[in-house]
Amino acid sequence: MTDQAMAAALPAGAARGFWADAWRRLRRNKAAMVAASLIVVIALLAFIGPTFSPHAFDAIDWDHMAVPPGGPNDHWLGTDRLGRDLFVRTLVGVQISLQIGLLATLVSLCIGVAFGATAGYLGGKIDNLMMRFVDILYSLPYIFIVIILSTLFERGNIYVLFLAIGAVGWLTMARIVRGQTLSLKRKEFIEAALASGVGTPGILARHIVPNVVGPVIIYATLTIPQMILFESFLSFLGLGVQEPQASLGSLINEGAQEMESAVWMLLVPAGFLVTLLMCFNFLGDGLRDALDPRDR
Amino acid sequence: MLSYALRRIAGVIPTLFIIITLSFFVIRIAPGGPFDDEQTLPPEIKANLEAAYGLDKPLLEQYGRYLAGLVQGDFGPSFKFKDFSVTELIVQGLPVSLMLGLSAVLLALLIGIPLGTLAALRQNSPTDYGIMSVAVLGIALPAFVTGPLFALVFGLHLRWFPVAGWETGEFRYLVLPVVTLALPVIAYIARLTRGSLLEVLRTNHVRTARAKGLPERRVILKHALRPALLPVVSYLGPATAFVITGSLVVETVFGLPGSGRYLVQGAINRDYTLVMGMIVVYGSLTLTLNLIADLLYGWLDPRVRYD
Repeated sequence: MTDQAMAAALPAGAARGFWADAWRRLRRNKAAMVAASLIVVIALLAFIGPTFSPHAFDAIDWDHMAVPPGGPNDHWLGTDRLGRDLFVRTLVGVQISLQIGLLATLVSLCIGVAFGATAGYLGGKIDNLMMRFVDILYSLPYIFIVIILSTLFERGNIYVLFLAIGAVGWLTMARIVRGQTLSLKRKEFIEAALASGVGTPGILARHIVPNVVGPVIIYATLTIPQMILFESFLSFLGLGVQEPQASLGSLINEGAQEMESAVWMLLVPAGFLVTLLMCFNFLGDGLRDALDPRDR
Repeated sequence: MLSYALRRIAGVIPTLFIIITLSFFVIRIAPGGPFDDEQTLPPEIKANLEAAYGLDKPLLEQYGRYLAGLVQGDFGPSFKFKDFSVTELIVQGLPVSLMLGLSAVLLALLIGIPLGTLAALRQNSPTDYGIMSVAVLGIALPAFVTGPLFALVFGLHLRWFPVAGWETGEFRYLVLPVVTLALPVIAYIARLTRGSLLEVLRTNHVRTARAKGLPERRVILKHALRPALLPVVSYLGPATAFVITGSLVVETVFGLPGSGRYLVQGAINRDYTLVMGMIVVYGSLTLTLNLIADLLYGWLDPRVRYD
């Protein structure tokens, strides 16, 4: 509302809303822009790349077992000890990592925002109780909860598992949103909404949640690499994706076991994982600078 | 202070109780039991096994029995390591894990604080940028990537340290695991120290100390670094949780006989009691260390008020 009013009052060209301003700041941040483009490139490669290779991710090539990259064959990044194409397997792993990262982040975002906004807005005893619950879950290392949950589901159904992980990953999000809500709820426009008879759900949905979008976006971007890391971590330990399905974590685990004879099996998936994690972290930092100028 | 400390200590027990209760029921609701994958098992034998471990009793009764055992320090028998009780397994593995974790935190403090200080004193110099870039990398790289890479470079190629394994009292088996575990903590502590030291260096009391003509060394070490290290102290709580998590990976990568791997194996085998035991032990460890870090913070910073 205010943005439009201001835009109308100012001469054309001078008007710049919050989002345009943030976008301009983000574009000037080279590290964040490079990271963002790399993420897009890797994502495209992961989803399109495998179709260009003549090999399937689980096909065994009996003539080329554990061949290094760049050999006189069409295994561009070599094969593992079963003769499966590493290029395709790694890209399939990236696909899974990206999907799970986004899915789990989305789940944690929805729960975290709803929980935090409700606790912060209602306040008092309910707030105390709700945040006490968050504190208790917080006091246990995250990975414990994830390992307990991973026993809950049939192994192999990684998406269900990650819905569950996302459902635990909302704790920090809830805290951030609650803090924002506490300061928001004393603002005049909330009072105005109350005075004009808007109910609690309406105020939460129309006035509180839209105003916490900035911090939520920042934190969500930083949550994606965490979720990717958790998936890889679980798959590395053998609790996540199961054979013959590949994930970056399980590929790194296989690579680590074969590193004496086939070092590329470790380096290829590790390289992709590290690049992805770095990119999301840089993008998150860039978004923080762009959306929260006070922080600088 | 004392009443605050007592209140905090009293607060740990209900938290632990809730954690135990929640994890007990979540694990039991899970499909599949510890004797499921031995497919040749005739139903009568399976029933006998379950009876022997009390798994045929109602869930609430099992829960009561478990709690009663727990109070007496009995974590119950392990379902998969048939000749061991969970207590025995943990008592065997925990010293290795504790040594690994404590060494990692100590190493991180010993390296992270000086690095952060150096970066802050040479702000915006190549030294600063160098240290901070390495720190970004150190935080982003997970232990299951750095671990195998270290083993590859320093174990296989340079042959400085053993790739994996363990012999009691042999220091060289600890080097690579501890460095792997400490690396992200070093990076984080360096970043914290740099940031907070830069802030403290701009405060009035540091200017006063300089104006008095104190030697720079003394200004930094005595007047600036002390308050600057407070954030590091409060990071020690999360750091221990982080190190405990990392030890699961590091023990797997380097084949150490610690207790962290029991949590993973227990989850894979649905060894209820083993997983529960690990959660109780590691949960109380985390809660206690967090509590100590909090109390230490209050003791060091007289500005903290308790009410």
